[in-house]
Amino acid sequence: MKEEVERKKEFRTTVDGAVVKRVYTPADLAEFKPDTSLPGEYPFTRHVMPTGYRGRLWTMRQYSGFATVEETNKRYKYLYKQGQTGFSVAFHLPTQEGYDSDHPLSAGEVGRCGVAVDSLQDMEGLWDGIQLADVSTSMTINATAPIILAMYITAAEKQGADRSKLRGTVQNDTLKEYIARNTYIFGPEPSMRLITDLCSYCAENMPLWNSISISGYHMREAGATAIQEVAFTLTNGIAYVQAMIDKGMGVDSFAPRFSFFFAGYTNLLEEVAKFRAARRIWAKIMKEKFGAQNPRSMMLRYHVQTDGFTLTEQQPLNNIVRVTIQALAAALGGCQSLHTNSFDEALALPSEEAVQVALRTQQIIAYESGAADTIDPLAGSFYIEWLTNQIEEGIQKYIDTIDEMGGALEAIKRGYIQREIMQSAYDYQRAVDSGEQVIVGVNKFTTGEERIPRLLEIDEKVEKKQVERLKKLKSERDNEQVSQMLDKVRRVAQSDENVMPVLIEAVKVYATVGEISNAFRDVFGEYREPSII
Amino acid sequence: MQKRRIRVLIAKPGLDGHDRGAKVVARGLRDAGMEVVYLGLRLTPEEIAEAVIQEDVDAVGLSCLSGAHIALFPKTVRLIREKSDKDILFIGGGIIPKKDIPRLREAGIAQTFGPGASLAEISKFIETSLKERGNDSKD
Repeated sequence: MKEEVERKKEFRTTVDGAVVKRVYTPADLAEFKPDTSLPGEYPFTRHVMPTGYRGRLWTMRQYSGFATVEETNKRYKYLYKQGQTGFSVAFHLPTQEGYDSDHPLSAGEVGRCGVAVDSLQDMEGLWDGIQLADVSTSMTINATAPIILAMYITAAEKQGADRSKLRGTVQNDTLKEYIARNTYIFGPEPSMRLITDLCSYCAENMPLWNSISISGYHMREAGATAIQEVAFTLTNGIAYVQAMIDKGMGVDSFAPRFSFFFAGYTNLLEEVAKFRAARRIWAKIMKEKFGAQNPRSMMLRYHVQTDGFTLTEQQPLNNIVRVTIQALAAALGGCQSLHTNSFDEALALPSEEAVQVALRTQQIIAYESGAADTIDPLAGSFYIEWLTNQIEEGIQKYIDTIDEMGGALEAIKRGYIQREIMQSAYDYQRAVDSGEQVIVGVNKFTTGEERIPRLLEIDEKVEKKQVERLKKLKSERDNEQVSQMLDKVRRVAQSDENVMPVLIEAVKVYATVGEISNAFRDVFGEYREPSII
Repeated sequence: MQKRRIRVLIAKPGLDGHDRGAKVVARGLRDAGMEVVYLGLRLTPEEIAEAVIQEDVDAVGLSCLSGAHIALFPKTVRLIREKSDKDILFIGGGIIPKKDIPRLREAGIAQTFGPGASLAEISKFIETSLKERGNDSKD
């Protein structure tokens, strides 16, 4: 190729720093075995379903929850009216980390990052006027997932719904909490026990429920590259599948209900290739390593959230454009459900106006862009196919390395995964600081003026209201019954019996998230993270 | 008289687990030549105060992205000041709405850094502020 002046000395991928060539040709694919599979066919590179979005669009599912159940219930009804097709619950941090709203560590956190749920009473209030038999619900809950699922099942049954027909997802992926996000309570071993108890309970009782959502999103937020995001998610996935098999479950009895969760970044072509590579590699793992027979066990079905880290506080309206590109990447990549971030989220929790723009972004992509009219439309592009192969190779290298270490649990205990991500986060920040990585409005094209959108504020009275509600509940319920039930929780935790049935009993007598978590703490102890910077 | 290295403690009070910013800043300050104590996350203001006294640091960086900064930052500063006469520099980081900044400043948080702040900006702020205070600790 003739030497001509270009903008930069070299162009590189952000996934692994590989040099990006000026143009791609069939020669770049020569060393790879061509993948001519069709959508719905192993290894599902192109889409898990043969009809793609022509059969059914992705589920538009906005992650939402704040203040008390009354405010959140109102927001849910608003989103539903706006055309949202599934719910996604954000719980406040005390619920996620096993503290009641009146615990000293909960001070200042009540109703902030999500909705305050202390007991079954709150869970019932959250769904007031919404029939759980008719909706699908995703709940971002990990360390306390068995308790929260027990509350959800009970609230649904009180409405008259049938447990076996409930549709939804619990994140239930505590391994990634040790890597990023950090809402763990117990150490890795007891966590694995609770995770697999929940998964086997669902396999036996709730055939339509996704018992886990193995998540890379938070690792990406913490700084992982696209390759690291997928690699560490899949190695966690391998650990969960193995743990279920070790529990005596047949792989096809639970794997069809394993789901995944990834981030959508602004580098559109890399992201599309990432999703294609992830589907292909997971299918191979399930078939070749675990001997799955059911094609559904091999399908990587996943939710995407556009990436929060890419949102800028400066010139916040630019975020609408970023989110659009990220959501388009998710749609062209073949996601099963999608959350689009609101443009004001680098400033505060999203306002109603900003949430509506975010949802409309998905609707415009679905109904106006044409991206959903044919499956995997970027396939066959020399660059996309080369990049898919390149990313798959990078993922496989990490999987092999972690395999040699003895698996994800061991790699986490050694801090290997955390260190890899930390290094990427630091490299990225340095690239931003040096200007090598451009962020429009932050380190280039900056302006002095700033338009501050109307922000959602959480009234400081919310905490008082929730604490009073909890106090009232604790004085009105049968406390004798509660304490007997908590003893029973401890006994079951010490045995190898599945915890789900006793948790359903415990939440029914209004034992709280904090009380049940404490019963578990008595048996399992608490985890403290190693310091890795 | 030899100049002692600036000692900084970075901590995350409250239940927020978003520690990318805190860790990247900790590492950036270390690479800028400071001695950095990274205390970690899920800490009470009391735990942080105790560590600050023990470690005898010049500056403290608090990070929170959950919205609990109003409840947690001022309390942490107050507890430290109750226990120490040293003119410690406090900075904050995270998702901090602009309208909260005056309240945090009154409580003793000299500066807050949001998403988009550069490592150089943060380390320069610490160096300059400590110099202005005249306690850029000399041995």
